[in-house]
Amino acid sequence: MMPFHVASGEVTLHGHAGGPEGAPTVVLIHGYPDDSTVWDGVVADLAADHRVITYDVRGAGESTAPASTRGYHLDRLMADLASVLDQEAPAGKVHLVGHDWGSIQGWQALVDPRTRQRIASYTSVSGPSLDLAFGAMSDRLRAQKLGALPPMLNQLMRSWYVMAFHVPAFAPLVWRAGAARLWPRLLKRTDGIEIEARPGQLRDSLNGINLYRANFRERMMHPKRQRIEVPVQLLVPADDPFVGPAVFDDLCDYVPHLMREEVASGHWLPLRDPALLAGRIRRFVTHVETGVDDAALAQGRRRAARHRGDAGPFAGRLALITGAGSGIGRATALALAEKGADVVVTDIDLEAAERTATLARLIGVDAHVRQVDVADLTAMEALAAFIDEKVGIVDIVVNNAGIGMAGDFLDTTEEDWRRVLNVNLWGVIHGARLFAKRMVAARVPGHVVNVASAAAYTPARGMSAYAATKAAVMMMSACLRAELSGQGIGVSTICPGLIDTGITDRTRFVGASEDEQARKRASASRLYARRALTAEAVAADIVAAIEEDRAVARTGMEAVAFDLIGRVSPGLMRMIARADLMPK
Amino acid sequence: MTVPDEATRLDAFRKAQHLAYAAAEAAAAELRPGMTEREAAKLMDTYARDNGVNEWFHQPFAWFGDRTAFRGPIAWTALRGFNPAFFPGGRRLEEGMAFILDCAPVVEAAVADIGYSGALGENPVAEQLMDDLQAHRALIVDRLNQGATMAEVSRAVDALCRRQGVEPRHKAYPYNVLAHRVEVLPGKPSGLGIARFGLRSVRELRRQVAQGRAEGWSPLWSSAERSDHPPVPGLWAVEPHLGFRDVGAKFEELLVIDAEGRARWLDDDLPHVRRWNARKTARKAA
Repeated sequence: MMPFHVASGEVTLHGHAGGPEGAPTVVLIHGYPDDSTVWDGVVADLAADHRVITYDVRGAGESTAPASTRGYHLDRLMADLASVLDQEAPAGKVHLVGHDWGSIQGWQALVDPRTRQRIASYTSVSGPSLDLAFGAMSDRLRAQKLGALPPMLNQLMRSWYVMAFHVPAFAPLVWRAGAARLWPRLLKRTDGIEIEARPGQLRDSLNGINLYRANFRERMMHPKRQRIEVPVQLLVPADDPFVGPAVFDDLCDYVPHLMREEVASGHWLPLRDPALLAGRIRRFVTHVETGVDDAALAQGRRRAARHRGDAGPFAGRLALITGAGSGIGRATALALAEKGADVVVTDIDLEAAERTATLARLIGVDAHVRQVDVADLTAMEALAAFIDEKVGIVDIVVNNAGIGMAGDFLDTTEEDWRRVLNVNLWGVIHGARLFAKRMVAARVPGHVVNVASAAAYTPARGMSAYAATKAAVMMMSACLRAELSGQGIGVSTICPGLIDTGITDRTRFVGASEDEQARKRASASRLYARRALTAEAVAADIVAAIEEDRAVARTGMEAVAFDLIGRVSPGLMRMIARADLMPK
Repeated sequence: MTVPDEATRLDAFRKAQHLAYAAAEAAAAELRPGMTEREAAKLMDTYARDNGVNEWFHQPFAWFGDRTAFRGPIAWTALRGFNPAFFPGGRRLEEGMAFILDCAPVVEAAVADIGYSGALGENPVAEQLMDDLQAHRALIVDRLNQGATMAEVSRAVDALCRRQGVEPRHKAYPYNVLAHRVEVLPGKPSGLGIARFGLRSVRELRRQVAQGRAEGWSPLWSSAERSDHPPVPGLWAVEPHLGFRDVGAKFEELLVIDAEGRARWLDDDLPHVRRWNARKTARKAA
């Protein structure tokens, strides 16, 4: 990377440029309280096949600082960007990338007359357009009055520091008192990121306070919204303590060429995962330069279009539900659809799965259908490949498909065992493996739901095969939850009691003749119907488990009671297990 | 009045059913945004009275919006499903809303009881449910003719609902009935009624309940054990009612079970059957 200097009004900006001449040019603008070194990891990756330009914003890093607060006004910052572009990229258009305050600048650059003609695409991380965000807020206040307050208060809570920065002397005091010195340790604590201490940290931190003071009040009182025709890629860190995801809702009204992606990360994505960010920039630049499109980009556009203030909490998310042709699977697919998620529904019975998809579409979401036997690894891999190629990344996988089996252990043949293990355990393993792997790779803040059963912890005679598979699912899920907890991916085990889903109409009663089989099924179905606990109740618990990231959800009094008995008195549990409750 | 032979008797019912559907279609054509359920019911009432009806098995019902799915108070089945929320109320029709019209006039001692579903403008869920009803109409006759008991047929309807992913909302009707038996009313015409139900019809239904109890069958056809008997000859007003989320749709029409226990629909020239045929033709053309 070659250093450069640019004179811009009262300041001199310091920056670096590098990478092959003639390649697409990417300009990276850093945020607060950073300098352009925040991009080092991204630059190292991108400069292989892009011309890359970074610079220290006025007042930060090696650039000089203006004398007054007024010198940090967005108008001056745009003049700086224009000067950098004129000198370092005088011909053609550039691809802009901004993080935090750099992202706020980037949005402004898309409407500023000095820069907007120069920008081919924009990738925004963790910084809203002040005009669009404040404009949307005042719209919502006007339209919904008090109803708009709770989500807005959420963002206000996250923005406490913005208000603190306006209090005279307070923020500078905090920085001087040690925050600047402790900054690397703070980032390690909050985001698990290792950075070197910078000698300029205190100066940058103090100067940058003026960014807030010079701009926020004016934009808040008089937001000026304009339509933005440049293609924009929005990367939204899911665990950003400073910027809530709702700030970016309804953007598609003003930004028609918008794609959006949630990323499992804190505020400092350029430091946390530079390779992922570089990859996303590369993909978007290539898309804009050459028109190459893929499922992930299409999914990003769909997400942007779905993210509206009035859409459900799962708007724009993609859920895969196995065994979705009936019972809990169908009810869950529809419950997620009702919350705004697009769905991929699979079942071994294609017609049944298609019906679920029809109902989901009636609710108003996209639905894809595949016929899959979850026990068949090849079929599951084909499903994953189909979703990669045609739909995108799965945010929520509900491993629900399962079969019932009952009868004495000694009557259960090896073949019976294989069948129930293949579907109930291997099916869940396949689903969790294939799709959790993709979530981790794409840093999706996703969720894995494994449907077990109250039988997982309730021993009962005649249930050895079924209960063993469910117990295995429960333990596997608990271990997986521990493994994925650091990656922003939740894992929930669902333990329904006796649910009237129709599973008893298809349960295999081992060691019974055809006639007995039918009679036992009918008898079990009558019992389950009398219990009258619906698949919809389980679906509601699954939705809640995802929203609240619950480890285990139990549906039905019996599911809760047997859990309690097993903990309080294992002896009593063993006694209950001996009771012969099998249908005769 | 006595009706001499079987053919004349069926003609009388067919005529009554025709008039009832004409009343519903006339009312449906008049529906506008802002109209209340009571006004819609009144439209059917006026049409029927203009065409000589002055006695009802039950006076017209109309349900709009989520009331078509029998959600909320309308679904309370305490008091065996007799529920004031059943009666047409002040709910106003909006563009895109589903509606159900239901009326049961008595025409020359023959009772018709019909249900007519639709939507004001576009409502894809209502359209889907109206499509789904076609399989139920075929299933009911097929299963009866295959020798199923009446309860088994009703349970088959429940099972089809489950496969379709819709709720059998007729469970919210009085006595959870899929259908009820209708007869030629004995005695003199009477305009008297209790809570929108005609006095003479209620008396006749009570007589049938008593007769059925003695003979081991029930005029109230549901999935319950009291319907676990072979098909009972006569006319049955069958009303499968499907619900999905906040939308419901039903049809109600007369089914004939002859003396040998063979079942067939009294008439195929009905609005919902014509709608299915038209859609089939349109699909073929496409």
